[in-house]
Parts: sequence; C-alpha cells; structure tokens
Amino acid sequence: MDRVKSLEDLKKLREQALEKRKLKTASGEVQIIVGMGTVGIAAGARETLKAILEFIEKENLSGITVRQTGNIGWDSYEPIVQVVIGDQPKVTYGKVTPDVAIRIMKEHVLNGQVVKDFMLEG
Amino acid sequence: MAFYRSHVLVSVDPECVKRGAHQIIDALNDELVAQGLIDEIQVLETSRIGDPVLFGPDIIVYPEGVHYACLSPDDIPYLVEEHFLKGRIVEKFRAQEKKIVDEELGAPKAKEVRVVLRNCGVIDPNNIEDYIAEDGYMALAKVLSDMTPEQVIDEVTRSGLRGRGGAGFLTGRKWQFCRNSQADMKYIVCNADEGDPGAFMNRRVLESDPHSVIEGMIIAAYAIGARQGYIYCRAEYPLAVKTLNIAIKQAREFGFLGENILGTGFSFDLEVRQGAGAFVCGEETALMASIEGRRGEPRPRPPFPAVSGLWGKPTNINNVETYANVPQIILKGADWFASMGTEKSKGTKTFALAGDVKHTGLIEVPLGITLREIVYDVGGGIKDDKGFKAIQTGGPMGGCLPAEFLDLPVDYESLTQAGSIMGSGGMVVMDEETCMVDIARFFMEFTQEESCGKCTPCRIGTRRLLEILTRICEGKGEDGDIERLEELCDQIRTASLCGLGQGAPNPVASTLKYFRHEYEAHIYEKRCPAKVCRALITYEIVPETCTGCTVCARNCPVNAITGERRQPHKIDPDICVRCGICMQVCNFNAIVIN
Repeated sequence: MDRVKSLEDLKKLREQALEKRKLKTASGEVQIIVGMGTVGIAAGARETLKAILEFIEKENLSGITVRQTGNIGWDSYEPIVQVVIGDQPKVTYGKVTPDVAIRIMKEHVLNGQVVKDFMLEG
Repeated sequence: MAFYRSHVLVSVDPECVKRGAHQIIDALNDELVAQGLIDEIQVLETSRIGDPVLFGPDIIVYPEGVHYACLSPDDIPYLVEEHFLKGRIVEKFRAQEKKIVDEELGAPKAKEVRVVLRNCGVIDPNNIEDYIAEDGYMALAKVLSDMTPEQVIDEVTRSGLRGRGGAGFLTGRKWQFCRNSQADMKYIVCNADEGDPGAFMNRRVLESDPHSVIEGMIIAAYAIGARQGYIYCRAEYPLAVKTLNIAIKQAREFGFLGENILGTGFSFDLEVRQGAGAFVCGEETALMASIEGRRGEPRPRPPFPAVSGLWGKPTNINNVETYANVPQIILKGADWFASMGTEKSKGTKTFALAGDVKHTGLIEVPLGITLREIVYDVGGGIKDDKGFKAIQTGGPMGGCLPAEFLDLPVDYESLTQAGSIMGSGGMVVMDEETCMVDIARFFMEFTQEESCGKCTPCRIGTRRLLEILTRICEGKGEDGDIERLEELCDQIRTASLCGLGQGAPNPVASTLKYFRHEYEAHIYEKRCPAKVCRALITYEIVPETCTGCTVCARNCPVNAITGERRQPHKIDPDICVRCGICMQVCNFNAIVIN
C-alpha cells in the first residue's frame, strides 16, 4: 500500500472502497457478518462462525464472503449474525447458536426465506 | 402388571395447577374411559415441562414425545379422539417454539442516536478501508489541509464537548491549556483503563471502531502540537489491545501516523501501553505514573497534566469516547453537535446498561434523556416485570438513585445534584429484590480493594466503612452505626487525595439518604427487607405445598432437611447455611425465605 499523501489520495481511496462495496451488492454476492467483539465471543460467536464456515465448505458453496465486525450493542442477543444478499436490505439475527446458523444458511442463504424466529431487524 | 401402549405426562407444578392441570387430568381420564382406552393409556403427573408462563398446563405423550400446550378441558375430547383413537397428532395444540423475538426488539432501540457507535457492529474493525468508506480520516484531512490548530480548538470548544470519562471538563478548554504550555515535547494520552464493574463502553469502541479513536487523537495532537501519543488500555481487554495494534499498524501503512502525515509536514505516532489491572490507574496522574513505569499512584494537582504531565512535559489526557466524538464534530460542525443534548451537556453519551433490566447492552442516547426512558424505553423495563428499586450510575463511585429520580434528566449537573455522578457511563439497574445495604457493601468492597493506599483517609476510611457495613449485613449492627457511617463518608470525601477516595463514599451516602429504612431494619429489627443478607433470613418449607418428593433433602449440602417420603419436610435452621440450593431444586415452590 502506498502512503496516502494528500486529500485527493484519500478521496480516491474512499471512492475505491465504496466501489468495492457496490460491486459486492451488484453481483448478488452473499455477505455473512459475525459480531466478534468480546461479548459475542463470550456468547459463543466462535462456534457459530465455525459452523457457518464448515457448512459453506461441506456444501461447496461459492459467492459467499464471511467477515467479522465488532459489537452492535444488543448484548443480550449475542451471538449476532447479519446476512446481506446482493442489494437486499441487511437482516440481523440474534441468539445465533451453531444450529440456528445452519438453519439460517439453509433457509435464508440458500432458499431466500428469512428465519423469522431469530430475526432482530431486517 | 398392566401394559400400557402410551403414557400421558401432565405437568402439575404450582403454576400449571393454578391454570387447571388437575381439571385436564380429570378430563383426560373421563374421556379415555368413554373411548374405552383407559387400559391402554396411562395418565401420569409430572413436574414442570415447558415454560408455564407461556404454555401451562402442558402434556407430553410418549412414546411419540409430542408436546401439547395451553390446553383447556374442552380440548380434551377432540385430542383423545384424534391422537389416541385415530393416531393423528393434533398440530394446533402442539407447543410452539418459544419466540425470542417480540415487538420491542425491532430496529435499534428507540431513542438511540448513534454518533460514537455509528460504525460499531457495522464495519470490520480490522480493515481500515472499511473505515475510510465511512468517511474515515476525512476529518483529519480537513484539519490538516485547511484549519489552523486554533480553529480546531475553537470548533471543539464551540461544540460543547465535555470529558466523557466522567469529570465533564470542557474538552476544547483542556486542549487550549495544553496548547498554551511551552515545551520541546508534548504528549497525547487516551485513557482506556475502563475499570468500573459492569461498564464496557470504551471496550466496544476500541474493539469495533478503533480508527475513530486514533483519528480523534491525531486531530488533538495537531491542535495541541504533540508528537507522541499513548493509548493506556487495561490488559483485561486483550481483544481491544489486539484490534488497536492492528489499527495502528494499518494507519501507519496508509500514512495517517508517522512522519509527514498526508504530506503536510505534521508528524505524530502512537503506541498502546497496557495497564496491569489497578482501578486507580484510571485517575490521570496515576495513569501517567504507570506509563512512565512507576507505581500507579495519584499525586496532588496542580501542576495539572496540561502543564507538567508525562516525564514532566505538557500532556493532554482524554477518555476513549471523548476522542471518538472529535472526527464527527470536525466533519459535521460544532453546531450539529451542540444541537443534541441539553444546555450545558451537549451531544450523546454511551451507557452500559446492566443489572436487572430486560435488554442489557450498550446504548447511545442524547444527553438530557430521563432515567425512566433509559430503563423502560431503551432497556425494555425490569426483568420478569418486577418492581424498580434503584439505579446506580457512574460505576463504584456513583450513587444509587431511587424511583423518585426516574424523571431526572441525565446530564452532568443533574446527576451530581442528586448525589450520584455521570462517571464513564455505567448504569446498574436494581429490582425490588436487591438489598441496598448489601449493594453498598459490595461497592465498598471493590473500592477498598482498589484503594492504592497512598493517602490515609481513603486507605483506612474505606476499610472502616466496609467493616461497619459487613457487620450490619451479618446482623451485628448497633445503635450509632448509621451516624458513624455518615461521619466517615463526610471525612473520606473531603480529605482524600484523588477521585477514587473522594467518590468512594457515594454508594454508602446515597443509600443512607434514600434507603435509610433498610439500614434501620438491619440494625434495629435484625431484618433484611429484601431477603438477601444470609445472617438475617431463614429458609422454611410450606407444609401445604410440600409433596415430600425428597429432592431438597437429597440436595442439601449440610443435611439440614429431614422428613418422610410423601410427608412434608422440615429445615433445621441451626444446621442450615442458607445456601438456597433447596429453593432452586424444589419443583413445587414449597420453599420460602422469611
């Protein structure tokens, strides 16, 4: 990475970062975002993340990025997982144990059916 | 021995009995006789099956293991005909999976306004590009390219931003003091030594949006003329330390830290220093001593850090949240920031909501919101819909405020007037089953433990306070204790060297003021109204409710419970150690505290 040397550089960088985001949503890519702050980890987010990655590997899925974020603040509902499919609005799920994560993968990611029982917002 | 092809288990815990479990059993037996199935199907009683609040009375049918719930006797004929005669499961009576999602759990909590936390739980904290996409480092670029340091300080001052560590000093003015100090070297320090029990606002910002703090610090460094910065983070936050180090590394690679930032000739660098777990190191002078490698003890002020701080050089210390507000103020302007909050307390504040409240977690609300709105609208009310008793704000140096203060607007001055403090933003909600003397003792235990011992009023005073409080909780309180406590509180507050000692008596003083009757009950009647203090309570078995199932006797660690099978049991109060295990294991709620 070259150092940012001026305001113009920074503006370019921002445009590129936003462009990258746009590409993701336009191509219909699925983003799965797991809250991995201290609270999430304490509530079992690592196991949830592992279950999601294993499912993707087992089913041989492509076009899915799994990434991390911090704490959203609803600590009593951790582990929290957010799903973004293409340019659809983000769906946030709470209390996502590994079993629930598999359900979300099967029903929401593969079949486009939101898992209402665990949805916090969407 | 009769052979049954199927067993029906009916829950007869007190809750379900109240809802007519016995009528269900009678209806089942009647209908099974009518259908001629009574020799094939056996009805049995069992304890709690589902959540009675939602389902009771419920039944489980074996061998299928089908769980029916919310039945009324009128449903039984149909159920028996369908399930037992025709062998078809009746879907409409089946217990529904408990829904954890309810109406009030929608979008971000009502009344929340996210400024500091806008990126938390949204961006990837380990990816600087994610932050840049959210206008990250734009404020820094704006400051470096077209603002003088004076203009930056002016903007921050006009916004009305006050220290978010709790003292509430005007940030712009603090920066000005440090700018006015002449020296060859100046330092910027971020206080991330968040030690209040039940408070974790700063941890979340550091873990979820570290660049906002870093950017705020670089802007402060430019305004003050500092070349080196330290983030003092407690070692108990390993993830925050790791995230910060990654973020600092990335900021260096991108040229936001280091020599010649953004090609403007301005240079500044940052390091993380870890605290070793002393609560007092959140006090600025003790914090600086700790960074220098000395023992973390406060020293008298003046000289203030802005004049003589780290290694005797002018130093500016702000809290994590204070710095995290800065980039937004620069980008959106002082007027935007000042439009939120009250006349003297501008902007938003994050609070860690903990204790007996439904939705614990972190919130960010405009200052001036009332405690009632925080507890009931944002927090969803008290757990299990119990009564509200008190709210403790500002960590272990804060006071406990009773229900009459629920409509108090939350800002620096109002809280101080009420006998509590803003602190860094901890809020512990307590329900009616909390003993205020015990709570005061708990916080005293904490401050006593964390007192650094440098000054006598705090070192000895807190110990004496704790001794008296412990005695009261053990039922050995005497006449004159309350007066002694009050006198001690007064002396510790006026004579202690730093904020820890000056604030330590707050929980005691405020509970003495607002919950004096509880102290009196403990001392004069040897009674704990909230039934918490072990020495003042007894566990008893209600003979009418006890079924003689022997579970309590088998689980009692000291064998204090005696009784024949199927006969009411008794607890021997002289042997009983009041551990409460019997109450937890009893399926019939037959054990009460007196």
